[in-house]
Amino acid sequence: MSAFLALVGRDLALRGARGGLLLPLIFFALVAILFPFAVGPDPALLARIAGGVMWVAALLAALLPVDTLLEPDRADGTLDQFVARGTPLALVVVARTVSHWLGFAPLLLLTTLVASALLNLPAEQLPALVAGLAIGTPALAALGVLAAALTAGLRGAGGLAGLLVLPLALPVLIFGAGVLTAGPGETTAVKLLAAASLFLVAIAPIGAAAALRAALD
Amino acid sequence: MFEGLSFGLGAGQALLVTGPNGAGKSSLLRLLAGLLTPAAGEIANPFATAWLGHDNALKAERRLIDELRFWAAVDGTPAARIDAALDRFDLDAIAALPVRVLSSGQKRRAALARTWASGARLWLLDEPSVGLDVANVARLSDAMREHRAAGGLVIATSHVDIGLDDAAELAL
Repeated sequence: MSAFLALVGRDLALRGARGGLLLPLIFFALVAILFPFAVGPDPALLARIAGGVMWVAALLAALLPVDTLLEPDRADGTLDQFVARGTPLALVVVARTVSHWLGFAPLLLLTTLVASALLNLPAEQLPALVAGLAIGTPALAALGVLAAALTAGLRGAGGLAGLLVLPLALPVLIFGAGVLTAGPGETTAVKLLAAASLFLVAIAPIGAAAALRAALD
Repeated sequence: MFEGLSFGLGAGQALLVTGPNGAGKSSLLRLLAGLLTPAAGEIANPFATAWLGHDNALKAERRLIDELRFWAAVDGTPAARIDAALDRFDLDAIAALPVRVLSSGQKRRAALARTWASGARLWLLDEPSVGLDVANVARLSDAMREHRAAGGLVIATSHVDIGLDDAAELAL
């Protein structure tokens, strides 16, 4: 447990030192600013697409730091150190998922408040969007780490990482958008979103640990 | 890479793996550390293992002391042991510096300090003396001698004399 906490703490310190804490946020905010320029300032149109745009932006923000999630640890021998000690790679991957989530999601949820104003998100949809992102972002973080593990050791693999895991994010996006349009008292979409998120959070580290093990061999 | 290899090691013993470049010295150590899986055969390593590879596994952005404390937390070793390790490898003066400003010899000493502090019974050292000056190679051999006197095991590769007394030699 102390190893797990030490790992999460070091990850966050490293991310802070590299300036990686703000990058996903700036990216997320930029998407929110650019979209009205791209589709035109029609308030009704923006209100219709705002929630979906923010979900896609959150997904891409989660994949933004994929190159820095595991590859540096493979390249500088850190993963070797864990394997030699008998530390399970799954533990490393779960710790990385937690630190990745902490590194982008809480601040991103706050930024949502600003972005929703820029995109003219209907006020009644804001709680559903924030709640949906809070439930769905752990899955996005887990997918980011899975992509990092699958592409560790490959050169210039950032784009490939997106191609690999974007399809897996589909259920989260579909149910996340469903939460936005669910009427009052309808909880089916939230439950399905939570189920999809839990499923991905549970299986992604297993796949990521196996991929890392294969990358070391 | 190699086949028909067989050796055993007990408490306090050491093995020096020698051979030309590309003979498989590092691969043998990686096999022993569990970083590679053998194509055939069996490796029985019941010991807690400390690994010192070519890469020092220290993050450039972090202070040396923070990195050593991190690995101590992973190993579950007490803080006092880190202080002793800093002292032992003459790292006190540079402990507060970020790793990126350190020389390769200083980073190597830090990696040795981590190995020493880990409390592992078996040390796997791949070219441990790379970048070290004469005084620090002496520190390394002292550390290895003490480790073995306390029942520890050392398996090392090296092209130079690292002061591994009466070690068995395995030429690849």
